[in-house]
This record gives sequence, structure tokens and C-alpha cells, in this order.
Amino acid sequence: MIIAEAKPLAEVAGLINDAQKILVVGCGGCVTVCLAGGEKETGILAAALRMLRKKEGNPLETVEVTLTRQCDPEYVDMLAKYVTDDIDAIISLACGVGVQFLAERYPKWVVPALNTKFAGATIEHGVWEERCGLCGECILYKTGGICPVIRCSKSILNGPCGGSQNGKCEVNPETPCAWQLIYDRLKTLGKLDLLLEIQPPKDWSKSRDGGPRKVVREDVRLA
Amino acid sequence: MQDFEPKIVAFCCYYCAYSAADLAGSLRLQYPANIRVIEMPCSGKTDVRVLLEAFEKGADGVYVLGCMEGDCHFLKGNYRAKRRVKQAKKILDEIGIGGERLEMYNLSAAMGPRFAEIAQEFTERIKKLGPSPLNKNYPPPPKEGEGHKGNSTKAGEGE
Ligand code: SF4
Ligand code: SF4
Repeated sequence: MIIAEAKPLAEVAGLINDAQKILVVGCGGCVTVCLAGGEKETGILAAALRMLRKKEGNPLETVEVTLTRQCDPEYVDMLAKYVTDDIDAIISLACGVGVQFLAERYPKWVVPALNTKFAGATIEHGVWEERCGLCGECILYKTGGICPVIRCSKSILNGPCGGSQNGKCEVNPETPCAWQLIYDRLKTLGKLDLLLEIQPPKDWSKSRDGGPRKVVREDVRLA
Repeated sequence: MQDFEPKIVAFCCYYCAYSAADLAGSLRLQYPANIRVIEMPCSGKTDVRVLLEAFEKGADGVYVLGCMEGDCHFLKGNYRAKRRVKQAKKILDEIGIGGERLEMYNLSAAMGPRFAEIAQEFTERIKKLGPSPLNKNYPPPPKEGEGHKGNSTKAGEGE
């Protein structure tokens, strides 16, 4: 899922300095799971902003809504009745996708309350780690299910780099060397011979180049 | 600031602090009348949102009372409370209300006198700090239980 974390309160407050009344919109998706933008965090942010502004003698009115997801038009549409004329700004506690969707749909000043970080997973309660670099063409079958694109600091496809020491990455001794992990894993699987194949350069045209990528499933389209 | 009588909310764990408060009562111990006690099933019920709400509704200080570390009836509730109090302190600092207006204490059910002492200590601390900045600019509404102007509308999931 997408992992995000809260922007500093002062930064968010600075973005809506002129607003009298704002709509604070949470997202029930990924950011609820990583505890950055769900209903509870929406309440906390709204309360903190109200108190900050009250303290400054410039009270702020807030309306809080948490949508099931901000990355689906159906849910974004449901916000319409809260986007009244007197709303001066909308704060989105979704990933950047949600922020863009709200901004596209509503003619208001829409600001992000979170910094969207990466595609990751829960390592333990309260700890999330990046696991996929969204490269567009997955090669995990070649690497025993460990992603060298994101878990190797140098994203090398024929590793290790030579700086690996005691199973740790030379870039940060806290980080396990991805290629050590790949080696260990392939060894247990009895597939070490996979490492003898030289990996050609990856086709990065499927990654970030060429504007926004699109996934289309013709079989489920309605029109 | 001499006649400033702070409003203080004490979130009390049922198994320790609440019983300690009872004991303080039976012992006829005196403690400041500034404390509003709220009973919780466990200090593990501590919620950052609720702590902030107490301040928003006019508290000058808030504290959470949990069992002694290692003695939580639900094993880890008080450790969790401690971390949430820390998080709420950080937010209060960011808002400019000041994290020192929020505190977490640990005591056991047998510590009636300690309950009174904490009430005393904390009230002194808040008296020294003066009214919450929220109450300085906008004196809290005179009537009990009225709190802030209710300018937030809560709407659940988009139907
Ligand atoms: S190879 Fe590409 S798609 Fe597969 S996990 Fe790594 S970054 Fe993600
Ligand atoms: S030490 Fe391992 S993880 Fe670090 S850059 Fe080299 S191969 Fe990649």
C-alpha cells in the first residue's frame, strides 16, 4: 500500500492562512492503515489547526469528512454536499493521488496534509518499509522475491556490488544487503544457478518515462 | 495571575488511579478542586484526539494517570498511554499551547496520598504556567459543559 506521513503542522497551517472555513478530508484507504490520514488523524489535524488559529486570535472553522477512498470518483463525488460556497480551502489527508482527484473535481484551493512516501508494508505495528519501486515490469521471479530495484541502495541488477559486508549494505549498515538476501533465498530454494545468468539492462521505458502510466482492463470497462 | 483557578482534566485508569482517588476520599485527604476526574477502563484507552479535545474545550492542563509500569491490569496499556501522551505533547508544542500542560503519571490503587499529591503538584504547575493560550484570547464560556463554539461538523464515511 501507499505509505505517507504527516506534514509538519506549521507547514499545513501556513498554506491555509487566509481561510476562515476549511474542509478537512480524510481517506479510508492506505493512509488509514499507515495511520497518517484516516478518520482519527483527520480529527487530530482539524483540532490542532483550530486550536492554533484560536490561539492566534484568528479562529478557523472546520468540517471533517472521511471518504472511503479519495482515488475513486464515486467517493470523491460524495464530497460535493460539503463543498459549499463558504469553504475557503480543502485539506486532503490522502496520498498525492487523492489530493489531485479532489483538486480536479472541485474548484477550490486544495492542499496536501501528508507527504506521500513510497509503496511499502507494515514491518511491525508503527513501522513501515519500502518494498517496491513501481518499476512497471516486475523481475521478482529472478531474484527470489526480493526486489533489487528498491531494496538494493544502488538498484543494481547483477549484485552484490562489492561493498556488502557481513550481510549489510555499505550505504547504511542498518540495511540488509539486498543481494545477500537474494543469494540466501535462492540458496534455500536450490536455485543459485539463476545468479549465473547476467541480467541485461532493465527496460526502464516501462518505469517513469513518458508521462503518467495507465493500466486499462478492457474486460471490466463499462463503456 | 494570582486568582487564576485552572481547569484540569485527569484521565484516570479504573484499576489504579480511580481507586487511589477513592482511597484519597476515604482518607479525607484534601486536594485542589480544580481537577475533573474522568474514569477510563485502562490508561491504554488514552486517545490523542480526546486529549486535544480536552484542551480545545477549555482545559488549562490535562494529565493521564495509569498504573505503575509493569503493573497494568491489561499488561501494556500504560506503556501505550505514555507514548500517546508523548505524541500529544508534541502536537501541543507545535500548536504553541505547550506540551508541559500535559503529563502522564503512574501510581497504584493503594497510593491515595500520592493521588492527592499529584493533583497538588500538577495544579501548581498549571497555575505557574497561567491560563492556556486558548483561554487567554478567548475567555472560556462561563457556563459549565459548554466548551468551545462547536465549529466542527463531523461527518462519517461518505454514505
Ligand atoms: S522489480 Fe519492479 S515491480 Fe517488482 S518489486 Fe521491484 S520495483 Fe516493484
Ligand atoms: S551492499 Fe548490497 S544492498 Fe548495498 S548497494 Fe551493494 S549490493 Fe546493493
